[in-house]
Amino acid sequence: MKTYLNPIYSCAAPIELSGPPHHWPVVVAGAGPVGLCAAIDLAQRGIDVIVLDEDNTVSVGSRAICWAKRTLEIFDRLGCGDCIVGKGVEWNVGRVFFRDEQIYQFDLLPEAGHRRPAFINLQQYWVEQILVERCLGLPQTELRWHNKVVGVTPRSDHVAIRVVAPEGEYTILADWLIVADGARSPVRGMLGLESEGQAFRDRFLIADVLMHSDFPTERWFWFDPPFHRHQSALLHRQADNVWRVDFQLGPDADPEEEKKPEKIMPRLRAMLGDNTEFEIEWASVYTFQCRRMRSFRHGRALFVGDAAHLVSPFGARGANSGIQDVDNLIWKLELVMAGQAPESLLDSYATERAFAADENIRHSTRSTDFITPKSEASRAFRDATLLLAKHHAFARRLVNSGRLSLPTTLEASVLSTQDRAGEAFASVVPLGGAAVDAPVEGPRGVWLLSYLDGGFTLLVFDNSVPADAVEVLANDANSCNVVQVGGKSVAGASRVEDSERLVAARYDGKPGTCYLFRPDQHLCARWRSFDLQSLRGAIARATGQAYVEAMEAA
Amino acid sequence: MIAHSLPGTLLNTQPNIQAPDDFYQELVDMHRDLSAQQSALVNAKLILLLANHVGDPVILREAMRAARQDIEPDQSDGTRG
Repeated sequence: MKTYLNPIYSCAAPIELSGPPHHWPVVVAGAGPVGLCAAIDLAQRGIDVIVLDEDNTVSVGSRAICWAKRTLEIFDRLGCGDCIVGKGVEWNVGRVFFRDEQIYQFDLLPEAGHRRPAFINLQQYWVEQILVERCLGLPQTELRWHNKVVGVTPRSDHVAIRVVAPEGEYTILADWLIVADGARSPVRGMLGLESEGQAFRDRFLIADVLMHSDFPTERWFWFDPPFHRHQSALLHRQADNVWRVDFQLGPDADPEEEKKPEKIMPRLRAMLGDNTEFEIEWASVYTFQCRRMRSFRHGRALFVGDAAHLVSPFGARGANSGIQDVDNLIWKLELVMAGQAPESLLDSYATERAFAADENIRHSTRSTDFITPKSEASRAFRDATLLLAKHHAFARRLVNSGRLSLPTTLEASVLSTQDRAGEAFASVVPLGGAAVDAPVEGPRGVWLLSYLDGGFTLLVFDNSVPADAVEVLANDANSCNVVQVGGKSVAGASRVEDSERLVAARYDGKPGTCYLFRPDQHLCARWRSFDLQSLRGAIARATGQAYVEAMEAA
Repeated sequence: MIAHSLPGTLLNTQPNIQAPDDFYQELVDMHRDLSAQQSALVNAKLILLLANHVGDPVILREAMRAARQDIEPDQSDGTRG
């Protein structure tokens, strides 16, 4: 590749080779974007973590390119948001073409007042490299390259992991194993577990092309374009003048044949025009699957990312959902490891993220069915929709070239406390939803999300929480920070100014309104007035105490 | 108020078209000079236009169920799967 040279990482010989098996709190299998985020989140919480990877570099070729707003906000919390956003290209607008006409255009973030855009595009290897560099700056992480997991033995209080390193073979003992070893997940196989679902037959050519072009930084999707009749195509900009091109090839294409440059070049020439200079950076032919494991938790093995669930690429729901898995899991694991929450809290990881996986699979399967119709009737409705979309607004809503990744609202989560009777909130954030950003002024910067930083946070409008309650909450075992929006400063609380009145607008904030956010910034309780006992009850529920009470009652 | 075909349903299956023979002829005429594939496309467009006009998901679901009535799955269809 011209624009990227894969770094070659090395590491010291594992200490296990010069002594008895060492015991670690957490081992992560797989140094992809999801595994690396898990390691960073753990390290930021002061937990030692070993990451094992069979390779010694980042992703070869780009693969994932679209990083959604929510993922960028998680990167912010993990201390690498600016670096990743700075390297990537921002985009909010998508256009859909049918044959030679534009039929539809959408803006994924039509309002101002958010730190991060709807999406950035950045090649997966760049994201991984930035995450590796972040890990290297955290003394709690140890990245072991060329260390391949070859056996896993689950025990009731730990997992024994057999590893082959260049210097020899050894066993490592982990209190918890996070399995982030990708779609084929060798560890899942070693544990005799399966990911179940559906495989799709259509083949796609994916190519990263280096070219200097004045195409805008937007997502362009074609149905049946003149340059690639009866199939679909996608063009998307990445960093360093690299463009992602995706061609649907149909089910009968020969993958070996289609990978050859002499086959790819005429396709690209037809799309990009005779006068555009370009070079192929990387190309691959793929099919895809939608599947998930029945449970993402098996004792002390916790599955995240592609190892746990797989989607089609339409909608950018793969890597983005994997990083949201980590966001959901790590704070729970920290509390369980510290003895501040029952182990059953981890079951809520499995149920919440299985719910999210089902949502992602549903969206991605529907997009796939629209893009690659499986029957004559399905094709007729697809083409009818596209023809109507040119003239009629209603049909544009039916066009599905990928419903792009949004954070899952954890509806009906057992960790959420239901609203008090008679209290209503016209908030853009529903119960179980991820916090929405807004501009503020205060001691920790100009964005609201910077104040929801890894622990429980009570966002309260006006000075409605008394100082003695702020102190009590700060000293509880599962402590809670208080962030007050406006009002007279209360000792111990952070105070922000709602400089553009957008916090109040987005959260339907009135004096006294309280929002309780979990450490992953999801809303788990809200009230129109502060009550210490209700708040402590909600934190108890959100840390899995309600689980235990329900079990004991049963 | 027109009586509906089944108690508890919203889909009106009682006569509601003023001049049924005229409508029927127009429906068939709409397909004049079209191949089977083009007709399928026109039918699909018509369904989508009418479905959007109706809007109510309960009525649409009842209509789909009524449309599938008496049609058995085709065992010879090798394309499904």
